[in-house]
Amino acid sequence: MIRKSWWKTLSVVLLIYTFTAGFLIKVPHVGNLYGSIRNFFFHVPMWFGMMVLFLISVIYAIKHLRNPTIDSDIYSKEYAKTGTVFGVLGLITGSIWANYTWGEAWSNDPKQLLAAISLLIYAAYFILRNSITDIDKRGRIGAVYNVFACAMLFPTLWIIPRMVESLHPGGQGVEGNPGMGGKDLDATMRVVFWPAVIGWTLLGVWITTLKIRFEQLKEKQTVNV
Amino acid sequence: MNSLKTITALFKKDLLLEIRQQYSFYGVLLYVSSTIFVLYLAMGQPEDEVWNGLFWMIQLFVCVNAVAKSFLQESKGRMLYFYSIAGPRDFILSKLLFNALLMLIMSIMSLLLFLLLMGNPLRQPLQFIGLATLGGVSLSVVFTFLAAIASKAQQQAALMAILGFPIIIPQLLLLMKIATIAFSSVIQAGLGQMVLLLIALDAMVVVLSIILFPFLWKD
Repeated sequence: MIRKSWWKTLSVVLLIYTFTAGFLIKVPHVGNLYGSIRNFFFHVPMWFGMMVLFLISVIYAIKHLRNPTIDSDIYSKEYAKTGTVFGVLGLITGSIWANYTWGEAWSNDPKQLLAAISLLIYAAYFILRNSITDIDKRGRIGAVYNVFACAMLFPTLWIIPRMVESLHPGGQGVEGNPGMGGKDLDATMRVVFWPAVIGWTLLGVWITTLKIRFEQLKEKQTVNV
Repeated sequence: MNSLKTITALFKKDLLLEIRQQYSFYGVLLYVSSTIFVLYLAMGQPEDEVWNGLFWMIQLFVCVNAVAKSFLQESKGRMLYFYSIAGPRDFILSKLLFNALLMLIMSIMSLLLFLLLMGNPLRQPLQFIGLATLGGVSLSVVFTFLAAIASKAQQQAALMAILGFPIIIPQLLLLMKIATIAFSSVIQAGLGQMVLLLIALDAMVVVLSIILFPFLWKD
């Protein structure tokens, strides 16, 4: 299924739809967001994509621990890499949004801080991997850390941000779900939002599969030499 | 029952080693006291918030230094020996217990030194002592597992800091937030929830290290 092309086409179609409809539809008037609410179609799907990619990465990490193969290690690493890129993009889109609605790009809001921390946790994963020269050992220890890092996402991204005061939706004193925007997400938004989430996530998977094939080729070459 | 015996035996071995060598305990103690003394020279008696922040930062560095040793001191040969006499779960559990005890003592020590040198801004000292012990244990649990990971890689000491600091931030944030109660006589809402979350976080780390350590152990 992964080699078939229909989902790649779907991803492109959905993203074209996101970029056209996202900028053209009539958006609801929410608080002080005005037109910047359109960023919702780009900022939030980044985090959805990141979570999906990290989840796939941790599944391959567990697979690697149960049955170590070079492939599962490459899969786990590459999904984590793309996930981190999505996270950084989510942080950047969020900062741009915050610049217009909160007054400054980085206001040390708990949401921003904890998102940055979770990305640092994953950055440490790559450093840990690079510090180990033995391939088998690298895969195994990387997988162990990957599982641990994924578990740390629960408090950093899903629990603590809901408990502290924040300007971002979903914090204490602010209603709504941090992801879905709660009641703010009315029908017109949903029409673009969910296709955008699926489109971006598929794009992430697509990028990763390409990188995986490249890594596998490199691996084959080093084996042959 | 057998594993309980192994755990206590390993725990006793660590304790005995500590009592005989008295190297790491006094080493860390000297580290704590000299850092706090330098802080005292630099800041005198700071305000509540600064006091709180400094206290937890010191805890963090003490923990990195105290706990990192626990795996780095074991040579490859000795690890092989443990491998032949005990299971990985018993081994990590004994390490977790020992480090928790070490950090418990260190937390109390540094709290006393803080109170002595940096003044006493605490309105509710008992709560803060409880929190300091809980904080010490939670820091030690996380760093024990990270030390186990780092001991498998090169440049272990540097790696400990790189791996540890991002991961410990959520816990430190929680601890600092909870600790603010000790500075005022008003009880904050949602406090029990945060303490429970901290305990749940510790439990999660312990369970994860029990599950994951067997994979680190094989070499």
